[in-house]
Amino acid sequence: MTTKARLLLRCLNQGAWGLLLLVWAIFTILNPAFGTVDNLTNLLIQSSSTILLATGMTFVLLTGGVDLSIGAIMLVSAAVLGKLAVAGVSLPVILLLVLLTAVGFGVINGFLIAVLDVIPFVATLATLSIGRGLGLWLTNTHAIHLPGIYLTLGSQRIGGVPVPIIVALVCAVCAQLLISGTPFGRYLLATGFRRITAERVGIPTRRVLFTTYCLSGLFAGIGALVSLTQLGSVSPTFGLNREFTSIAAAVIGGTSLSGGRGTVIPGAILGALLIQSIENGLVIMNADPYLYPLAASAVILSAVLLDGLRTRMIAELQRRPIFHDHATE
Amino acid sequence: MTPGLTIRGLEKSFHTIPVLKSLDLDVAPGEILGLVGENGAGKSTLMNILGGHLHADAGAIMLDGEPYRPDSARAALRCGLGLVHQELELFPNLSVAENLLIAGFPTFAGCIRRRQVEQTAARLLQQVGLECSPRTLLGHLSAGQQQLVEFARVLATDFRILLLDEPTTSLSRRETDTLYATIHALAQAGKGIILISHQINDVLTHCDRISILRDGRLVHQGPTQEIDVEMVIQKMTGRTVTQLFPQRDRSKGAHVGRVLLDVQSISQPRTLSSISFQIHSGEIVGLFGLVGAGRSELARVLLGLDRCKEGRVLLEGQPVTGSPRRRIQQGLGLVTESRRADGILAEMSVSENLSLVALPRFCRPVTGSIRQPELDRVVSITRQQLSLQSRLNDQQPMVTLSGGNQQKIVVGKWLINDPKVLILDEPSRGIDVGAKADLYQLVQRFADQGRGVLAISSDLEELIGICDRILVMSLGHLTGEFQADEFQRELIAKAAFAMQLSEPSHRSRK
Repeated sequence: MTTKARLLLRCLNQGAWGLLLLVWAIFTILNPAFGTVDNLTNLLIQSSSTILLATGMTFVLLTGGVDLSIGAIMLVSAAVLGKLAVAGVSLPVILLLVLLTAVGFGVINGFLIAVLDVIPFVATLATLSIGRGLGLWLTNTHAIHLPGIYLTLGSQRIGGVPVPIIVALVCAVCAQLLISGTPFGRYLLATGFRRITAERVGIPTRRVLFTTYCLSGLFAGIGALVSLTQLGSVSPTFGLNREFTSIAAAVIGGTSLSGGRGTVIPGAILGALLIQSIENGLVIMNADPYLYPLAASAVILSAVLLDGLRTRMIAELQRRPIFHDHATE
Repeated sequence: MTPGLTIRGLEKSFHTIPVLKSLDLDVAPGEILGLVGENGAGKSTLMNILGGHLHADAGAIMLDGEPYRPDSARAALRCGLGLVHQELELFPNLSVAENLLIAGFPTFAGCIRRRQVEQTAARLLQQVGLECSPRTLLGHLSAGQQQLVEFARVLATDFRILLLDEPTTSLSRRETDTLYATIHALAQAGKGIILISHQINDVLTHCDRISILRDGRLVHQGPTQEIDVEMVIQKMTGRTVTQLFPQRDRSKGAHVGRVLLDVQSISQPRTLSSISFQIHSGEIVGLFGLVGAGRSELARVLLGLDRCKEGRVLLEGQPVTGSPRRRIQQGLGLVTESRRADGILAEMSVSENLSLVALPRFCRPVTGSIRQPELDRVVSITRQQLSLQSRLNDQQPMVTLSGGNQQKIVVGKWLINDPKVLILDEPSRGIDVGAKADLYQLVQRFADQGRGVLAISSDLEELIGICDRILVMSLGHLTGEFQADEFQRELIAKAAFAMQLSEPSHRSRK
């Protein structure tokens, strides 16, 4: 039983790889245009913002919390960018202010959750509403067309690799180093496993939580920038429901919803690629656009079910055998 | 300046109930002080104040002549006070090395120096005699090994005073000896040590002085040479517990009625190997074994918490199957091993906890609403049988109760449901002598009503004291059965090692 269970668990852990290959194979068979280098490069570019958001979300999920406001943070950041760009402010100043806006929202979340002890779901639901409202007010619910320089920025390549991919990968690598190589990362896992215990061994859990939500805001800001350099305009629906795809991406990649377990590399990246592949594939197949949310929610649901199954299996496997059974060996 | 820890006039109340009353305590460097007392005597509160989790209402604490009043665990550690908690404060999702050094990772440019962490960890593990790789995930260790990790962790810090709260509850005898050797070495190196333990023999053997707490007051303080176990118990409880175990007629057949529970060759891969036994009405059957012998696993299978591959269980001739809920309705009950994790609902009140198991019996048909007056009546009757502390209020949350009272209520909630067979897994773990005596009375009265009891325990004295018959398990096998007239410690202990002796390669093969 255990050998089989171990194998199954490995499959579940590495499931995202298999699922990704499967999805790619199916779409390529259905429409060979999917499997071309051009489309796959395109897919990576499209995935870069999701990778960034899922990275931020992984931090939050590791603490056992959730950040529902990242889509709204994206909209506010984008609105600020649009306003400033139209007003002719210089690019570096704009980028700085946009990221500050995003981190500012993270600070609000962090303050509510870490200092005032509001539960993350409620706190970030509130900032979601605030952010959406603020974004719509800033844009007057009209689309803002950005100067051409932003689209040019998004299509640049460095050493043949598109800039959005580079940004996403660099951020993901930094995030993974932060998680696995620094005290903060270990504190994150400890806090996510059980906050009271973490506090008792002297981990500054409030500071850890605060930083986590700031990071989530920062990644939402970077994600918004990357997204905008591909869209070229700010629409009132910008960032809508991106929190859900990010959560799904993180969970598909093996991050636990109950905290304490998960990775950015490969986890969040794989999850983001998988979700983006499905959307990309459906577009190539000329599927009814109304099907997209349906497909996305099916993916999210299966991700959550997968997480539950995995958690139960890990608990089962960690039960040590009491004696060796020669008959079944 | 007095070196070491000095406590003067410490006071603390909860819900207007005083828990510590004008407490004075001293620990000098190089000294091992044993602190004993019943559950609820105030030991944990003192511990929490010293550890920075609580503030005292009045009084002063001095550490090496400096006022000591920490706001957090971190601050306590900074001041030089190390704590080893009874409840493990470890993270199964981190490695052993990371758990050991979590309070202060060595870093270089913001990154953890992994090699240094592992080297330090290996040294600490060696110090406490634990053989495992620092890279092992903590969740893969056994309970005893984890307790040693908890102890090793404090050794990494720079403490002057060390507080140990029940550091040996999950340890084997050998591990316990290693632990005490380390403690003596620390005292030699000039550390002041406070040891809180219910193992009075260990305290008398290993401590220089003993302080006895009762109801938040210090009732005795003096060298351990001048006192013996009986006197300690008498001072702890304020009465002479001459009769820890209730009187019982153990002549053969005195309690054996018809067969109640018939367990027929239950097997579970790698856990239980063809276990068969019977429990008769009126009988208290003990189940002895080492930690990890599969006794709790057997209890879980009997109650349906885990599925079993083979075998069947009959209760009064009827097969017991299905969910735990159904088995409870059929007349089984289980007091689980870990009170805090799955025995109580800590935030809910005494009466709510008492009514939990029997709740379905007090529901009106169709609407499912609770017949509250009837339930209240039964709860209050049971509550009186439990000999709880008199100042205890029914609406008090469980978390404010001492371990002994909590355990009585856990047993009480099953008694309300009037099961035919009650399984007790380590029923007296972490509770004081007085509460133990009450609990044994309770169990015996229950059995005398023609019910059956299966008492799982690692404390052989306890089983010999209360049981009519003792079964022994070793590595998932039933390896012994002893009638009351055959209770011999050596033979029973030998049976508990039976499978290890017959299969020496077991450990190395895993």
